[in-house]
Amino acid sequence: MTTLNVAPDTDDTLAGRVKWAIVDCWSIVWQELVHLIRQPSTFAWQLGFPIVMVLMFVYVFGSAMDVSGQGAGAGYMEFAMPGLFTMTMAFGFMNTAFAVTMIKEKGFIDRFRSMPMASSAVVTGRGVADIIHAAVDLAILVGIALVLGWRSGGSLAATFGAFLLLLLLRLALIFVGIFLGLIVQNTEAAGNLFAVAFPFGMVSSVFAPPDLMPGWLGAVAAWNPVSSTAGAIRDIFESPAVASGFWIEEHALAAAIVWPMVITAIFLPLAVRRFKRLSR
Amino acid sequence: MPTSDYAVRAIGLQKRYKETRALDGFDLAVPYGMVYGLLGPNGAGKTTAVRILTTLIRLDGGTAEVAGYDVTRKPRMVRRRIGLTGQQTAVDDAISARQNLVLFGRLFHIGQAAARKRADELLEQFSLADAANKTPKKFSGGMRRRLDLASSMILAPRVLFLDEPTTGLDPAGRREVWQAIRELARHGTTVLLTTHYLDEADKLCDRIGVIDHGKNVVEDTPDGLKRRIGNERLEIVAAESDDLPAIAELANRAASEGTEATVDEARQAVTVPIADGVQALTDVATELRNKGVTAADLGLRRPTLDEAFLQLTGHATDDEETSAV
Repeated sequence: MTTLNVAPDTDDTLAGRVKWAIVDCWSIVWQELVHLIRQPSTFAWQLGFPIVMVLMFVYVFGSAMDVSGQGAGAGYMEFAMPGLFTMTMAFGFMNTAFAVTMIKEKGFIDRFRSMPMASSAVVTGRGVADIIHAAVDLAILVGIALVLGWRSGGSLAATFGAFLLLLLLRLALIFVGIFLGLIVQNTEAAGNLFAVAFPFGMVSSVFAPPDLMPGWLGAVAAWNPVSSTAGAIRDIFESPAVASGFWIEEHALAAAIVWPMVITAIFLPLAVRRFKRLSR
Repeated sequence: MPTSDYAVRAIGLQKRYKETRALDGFDLAVPYGMVYGLLGPNGAGKTTAVRILTTLIRLDGGTAEVAGYDVTRKPRMVRRRIGLTGQQTAVDDAISARQNLVLFGRLFHIGQAAARKRADELLEQFSLADAANKTPKKFSGGMRRRLDLASSMILAPRVLFLDEPTTGLDPAGRREVWQAIRELARHGTTVLLTTHYLDEADKLCDRIGVIDHGKNVVEDTPDGLKRRIGNERLEIVAAESDDLPAIAELANRAASEGTEATVDEARQAVTVPIADGVQALTDVATELRNKGVTAADLGLRRPTLDEAFLQLTGHATDDEETSAV
C-alpha cells in the first residue's frame, strides 16, 4: 500500500511552525476562494442590504435631508456613498462571525485541531479570505456608485488610500467577528448579531451628520469608529458636509487609523484567548 | 521510539466541567488492530474521552497515550497518527467531494500531488467515485457520512476515532457506514468508536467498554456483554398491581444465572433476563395459569440500552440529558 500511516514530520522549530502556519492559512484561503467562485450569488446576498439601503436613502429620504448646508437633497449622494462603503465594511464582522460559528457548529474546527496542521490557520485563513472578500465587495459597490453618478473629488492615489482605510476598518473588525463567532453557540445566534451590528452601523455619520442628531446621540455617533472612517474618506473624496462641532470629526483621518488599531489591540488578544479556550 | 502494544492507553482520566465530573478515573486499553466500542448513554463521558484522546481538550488528571505518544506532552506526534470523525459531519457543502478530500490532504502536509492521488483512492474505496465532482449538498446522509469518514482517512491512520458515526442516519445510511468501518478494520486500522446503540456496538466491535458517569462500568466482548445483560428478556405485565410480587417471584425462577427480575411499578411490568426464550416463555405461562394470575401482556423482548444499563449499573440511563460537550 502506498498510503502513509503517519503524516510527514514537518519542522517543529519556531521557523518551521511559522512556515506551516502560512502554508496552512493559504490552504484555508484557497477553500474559501473556491466557495466564492462557485457561489458568486454570495455577493448578491451580502451586498443586497447595503445597496437597498443606499438607494432608499439617496432617492427616498435623501431629498428631504440637508447635509451640506445648501438645501434639502443637495449633495446627498456624495455624502451617502462613502457612508455606504463604510457601513458595508462595518457590517462585515457579521460575515466573519457567522462563518466562524458555522465551522465550529459543523465540526470543522474540531477536525482541523485534531490534524497536524497549524490550528491557527483555521482563523487566520478565515481572516485573509474575508479581506479578499471585502475588497471584492468594495469594488462592486464602487462600480455601482460610479454607475449612479458618484465621483471622487480626490486624486486617484488619495482615493485608493481611502479604500485602504476602509479595508483597515474591516481588518480590525475581523478580530471582533472571530471573537463573537467563537462565543455564540450556533449559527442562529450568530444571525442575531444583526441586532448589534445595526445600531453600530447606523448610529454613526453613515447616512446623516451627527450634528443634526440630539446632543448625546450625536456625540455617540460622532465617536463611533464607523463615523471616523466615513468622515476620513469623505474628506478624501471631497464630499460636501456641514461644519462639524465634534472634535473627533475634525480629526477624522487620524481617528480612522487609530480606531482600527484600538479595536485590534482589544479584540485580537480576546479572540486568541477564546480560541485557546476551545482546549478546555 | 515508543514501544507500547496499545493503540490507545489511558489511565485514570479525569475531566471536570465546573460541578460535573465528565470523566472520573476512566481507564482504557485498546490493542492495535481492534475495533473497540465505547458504549454509554448521552452525557456518560464518551465524547469527552474521545476529545481528550484526539488532543482537542486537556485532561485534568491521569495519563493518555495514543499510537505510543503522550497526548499532553506530544500532541503533534499524536495528530500525525490519528483520524477523527466527530459527531457533526464536517463536510464542506460548497466544494466538490474531491476538493474536500484534497483540502484535508494538503492540511495533513502530504503535498498537493499526493493529496490528489489519495483523494481519488478514497473516493473509490468509499464508493463515491461517481459523485467525485459533485458538491455534497445533495448527497444522502450515508454518502455525506462516508465522505466525512474518507476525510479522516487521508492517512491510513494508526488509530481512527469515530464519535457516534451513525447517529442521525436512516437504516440504509447506517448499513453503508458500518460496511465502510468494517472495510477499514479489515485493512488493519485500529478503530475506537462511541455509540449509544447496543446493536451497533454488537455488530461492529471486537470489544465493548461500557461507560457511565465518567467511570468504567464493564468491558467485555459483545457475546460476553450479552451474556451479562441476558440475551433476551421476558416481560410480564400484570393485570392487577397486587399480583406484582407473585409475578416477580416466578420470574426470578426463570431468570438466567446470576440475574434477577426488575419490577417497574408504574407500568406494572416485571422484566427478567432469560437464557432460553421459548422454554422460559412456556414455563412462565404455565405457572401463571397454575397460580391463577392474569397477565395483561407476556412477551419476549430484546434488551434495550436502558435495560442493559439498569442491569449493569443498577440505575437507569439519563438519556434525556443531551451531551454537553
